[in-house]
Amino acid sequence: MRLLNYTTSYFAAVLFIILGVWAVIFYFEMLDEIYDSLDDGLENQKMLVINRAKADPEVFKNLEFNDGSYTIRPIARNNAISFRDFYRDTLMYMQNEDEYEPVRLLETVFKQDDEFYKLKIITSMVEEDDLIEDLLFSLILLYVGLILSIVLLNNLILKKIWNPFYVLLQQLKDFRLGKDQKIETVPSKIEEFNLLNNRIEQMLGKSVSSYNSQKQFIENAAHELQTPLAISINKLELLVENEDLNPSQIEIIASVLNNLEGLTRMNNSLLLLSKIENQQFPDEEEIHFNDLTFDLKSDFEDLASHKKMKINIKTTSDLKYIMNKGLASILLSNLLKNAIVHGKKKSDIEIVIAGNNFTIYNTGHNGALDSEKVFSRFQKNTDYKASTGIGLAIAKTIAGKYGLQLIYSYDQRHSFQLHFPK
Amino acid sequence: MKILIIEDELDMLQNMKDFLERENFVVETADSVLEARSKIGVYTYDCILLDINLKDGNGLDLLEELKQKKIEDGVIIVSAKNSLDDKLAGLNLGADDYLAKPFHMAELNARVKAVLRRRQFNGNNIIHIDNLSINLDERQANIDNEPLNLNRKEYEILVFFASNQNRMVNKSALAEHVWGDYIDQSDSFEFIYSQIKNLRRKLKSTGARVEIKAVYGIGYKLMTL
Repeated sequence: MRLLNYTTSYFAAVLFIILGVWAVIFYFEMLDEIYDSLDDGLENQKMLVINRAKADPEVFKNLEFNDGSYTIRPIARNNAISFRDFYRDTLMYMQNEDEYEPVRLLETVFKQDDEFYKLKIITSMVEEDDLIEDLLFSLILLYVGLILSIVLLNNLILKKIWNPFYVLLQQLKDFRLGKDQKIETVPSKIEEFNLLNNRIEQMLGKSVSSYNSQKQFIENAAHELQTPLAISINKLELLVENEDLNPSQIEIIASVLNNLEGLTRMNNSLLLLSKIENQQFPDEEEIHFNDLTFDLKSDFEDLASHKKMKINIKTTSDLKYIMNKGLASILLSNLLKNAIVHGKKKSDIEIVIAGNNFTIYNTGHNGALDSEKVFSRFQKNTDYKASTGIGLAIAKTIAGKYGLQLIYSYDQRHSFQLHFPK
Repeated sequence: MKILIIEDELDMLQNMKDFLERENFVVETADSVLEARSKIGVYTYDCILLDINLKDGNGLDLLEELKQKKIEDGVIIVSAKNSLDDKLAGLNLGADDYLAKPFHMAELNARVKAVLRRRQFNGNNIIHIDNLSINLDERQANIDNEPLNLNRKEYEILVFFASNQNRMVNKSALAEHVWGDYIDQSDSFEFIYSQIKNLRRKLKSTGARVEIKAVYGIGYKLMTL
């Protein structure tokens, strides 16, 4: 939910409760006031009737509410002694409205000439349902008016006030380290926003500079390691051309060369791994994994056929995903290379692309591998010396970078499955 | 053929110089931007091997200068900075090729010769070794003008050997050149052997007077009989 809508909905809920409670209190207060004034009026009328009764005996003929608003009936003394004035609500038929309407009734007793009389006085009363209806209607009007003005205020004023925030947010959304972007903030009169802008500029500045220095460090490390490696390998290559060397000397040189080349490969792999972890592959495009798989198959055909292996590809879906092209190719080729290198001679490698999954199967010499350790660095199969033990770690890192799941499982044969999110 | 190597790592410089001199190139060296600039100003070279990280400047700046002055020497960037940015920047500035350290001498040789061939505008893009001739434009090898029927990999292997005639070609150099980065893990490149075997058989059956000799488990050498 967006910030503006969020605050508006909050206001709406709070106002609803406040107005609701207020309406109930207001209603009862008002009702109380109305009863109070009605009862005062009835009290006054009672005095008037009693006073008139002293002068005019005609009054005692008012046995029903036919023409007036009161009735007088004689009552027994016993009843009269214990009688107290009381007010109550009742219904009475109203000619004009043609229905029963609520009225306020005062019952009282008075004494005249040693006779006791019961006096009932009525006055027409406010209709509660009409009152509630009116009240509710005006409340709804008030509520809607308030909400509308809040929405209007939010959209006009708050939007303007929050503008620096939204501008910053939009840029942060698109920000990626290593893409040489600059965050441009909008200066604001509001202290908090300025603080936020400043802090973010500072933090991003720091991240960018530490990112750059790390990148620099990796490149320097590459330089520092690669150069002595290059020199050593090249010197040996020159040395081995020397005609004076005998076969056993050449063999020693060959062995040193092999080890140096292994070192170079490992160095390259480690550099690649840290480059991936440092997000140094920012360019992304849509990769067609089906095409890529077929391309890689032909690249690896020689290696596979040397081990008399066949690579079979089955596709039932068209797998596309946005990622760095080079990394996509490294990811698949490391999995394929792993399958070929560790697969049994004369066995088949099966690649299945179905749904959102890319799965590669190969038969192996041993049973299931430890699925916890299989992706960790330098987890080496001791039978196989030339491997750096880092290929699957690289594959896992690439998969993790793009939110893909890389899962190892074993059922008669090894399988590595890449699961692509939808 | 005159080659200038610009490299501040003196061992590296000496290696390249020794190797290329054995190919009968005239090799001159510079170990700083300053020295390189003065040499480039006076002489013309067929190929310049340019390191990017020099002690007194950036090789890419030197390359830019070269191109601004319309100096048409071939340039191969040789860099330990195996980073895509440098590679793209270098190629965009007009370098002919990019070679990341560490590299094999045979690879350097092949790249230098490829650049030199491309720069000879007489259209004579053919390597001759005895009765073997390889037409690089048509990607066709012939023995005594009879076409040699090679698949893509075999052709690439033969060209690589031809560029390194009489030189020892390391097995991993060959694998990296022909199969690219993918093969960096494979077990001591045993599988190369079957490719070489096929190539040898085809050379022999067509009466080629060149031969691929094995060098004690380290690599191979293309020699004339």
